[in-house]
Amino acid sequence: MRYAMAVDTKKCVGCGDCVVACQTENNVPIGYCRDWIVENVNGSYPNVEIELRSERCNHCDNSPCVRCCPTGASHIVEGGIVMVTHNECIGCGACIQSCPYDARYSHPEGYVDKCTFCNHRLEKGQSTACVEVCPTTCLYFGDLDDPNSDVSRALKNRSWKVLAPEAGTKPQLFFLT
Amino acid sequence: MKEELFVSGRNIPNIDPFLNIWHWEIPVYLFLGGLSAGIMFFAGLFMVMGKEKEMATTVKWSMFLVPVALVLGLFALFLDLKHQLYFWRLYTTIRIESPMSWGAWTLMFITPLSFIWVATYMKEAIPGWNWKFKLIDDLEAIAVKYRVHMAWAMMGLAIVLGVYTGILLSAFNARPLWNTSILGPLFLVSGMSTGLAAIMWMSKSHEERTILSKIDIALIGIELFLIIHLFMGFLAASEVQIEAAQLFLGGEFTVTFWVFVVILGLIIPAFLETLELFGFRIPIWIPSLLILVGGLIFRFVMVEAGQITRFLY
Repeated sequence: MRYAMAVDTKKCVGCGDCVVACQTENNVPIGYCRDWIVENVNGSYPNVEIELRSERCNHCDNSPCVRCCPTGASHIVEGGIVMVTHNECIGCGACIQSCPYDARYSHPEGYVDKCTFCNHRLEKGQSTACVEVCPTTCLYFGDLDDPNSDVSRALKNRSWKVLAPEAGTKPQLFFLT
Repeated sequence: MKEELFVSGRNIPNIDPFLNIWHWEIPVYLFLGGLSAGIMFFAGLFMVMGKEKEMATTVKWSMFLVPVALVLGLFALFLDLKHQLYFWRLYTTIRIESPMSWGAWTLMFITPLSFIWVATYMKEAIPGWNWKFKLIDDLEAIAVKYRVHMAWAMMGLAIVLGVYTGILLSAFNARPLWNTSILGPLFLVSGMSTGLAAIMWMSKSHEERTILSKIDIALIGIELFLIIHLFMGFLAASEVQIEAAQLFLGGEFTVTFWVFVVILGLIIPAFLETLELFGFRIPIWIPSLLILVGGLIFRFVMVEAGQITRFLY
């Protein structure tokens, strides 16, 4: 099993519902967020191109944050989800430095926090909070090993890219272009 | 024109607009760790070479700085942790792939070793020193017997510690300025040079200082060579590393780095040490202080600038 997410940059309108849903679902402290929206503007009027991306932890296959963690607090659970065990984290910040996507932050309580692909919801058979609320259904989530999952089908029919592939992290957050 | 912004208004403390999660604690620790590694390496080296008498300051007295520096460095590291009550988690596991785990375990061995080394010279340092307990006297006698073995261990661990202060940064592929294998040797050599500067400042023997300053001039030469290669490597690399190098070649760290680190911290002290070798009388504290301050600024600059650099996408 390999969980992954695809984001349709052509359908995303940048409303930020996914951000709020995540903050609510995961009790993210005010001023912080586990997912966010980037607007990428290329060129200038009238030859302008805008790309909207809902970004979060890439749950990389070759995750530098897990490798550099000195205590093993950052680890990978079934489905390839990168998780942080709060009471093993010493808050050294190594994983924050190691992430090319700046997806991690230091929680006010001291430990490092990040997107969990809503693992607690997956265990109950639900999808992630961000996917559930997206009004344009531009987020696709599922198991890459299952050819009939939403994410597998989305990746099969569309062209896509990942962010900073040159970082060698093998990210699992795909952007449909 | 390419523009990127967080339309969701992301503004996480210490992450946005650019990463700044490591503050003064890390460069201070890297400096004290490098300094300790330098002193320990040369104390061990001259002990193994049987120069305990001729190089008394190097082998015996400068080592009194090391436990203090290591404890202060460890304290700085502890202050840097955001989840401090769990710091002991470092010692419930060994993570081969994590430089920080290597560092934590190296410090676990090297700190007690420096205390033992200093303890064996307490009686010489303070006449009439008494350990009060016979057990400690017996242990001291054993330690004195194995000084040469300890010296070998110190040299080995000092190299690991010195290289680790650089690898800690260079292992982060997400920060292009740090992600170069030159950082390990560069921090080792720089640490050794600051160690020598501290020893020379303490030493009262002209012969000892002459030997040490010759080594130091060579180390500074290697350091300059490594710095040139660092930038040659960056400029020949991908765009993210070219941008990282630009921070030092016209960007905001240019003056701090080239004036305070390279000119005042390396070239001028090496020049003064050379003049001293040719018979000019130069107060030793001037080159020593310049090297120490230069080494400290170097680490501040590298830690701060490295966090600004990132992948572009």
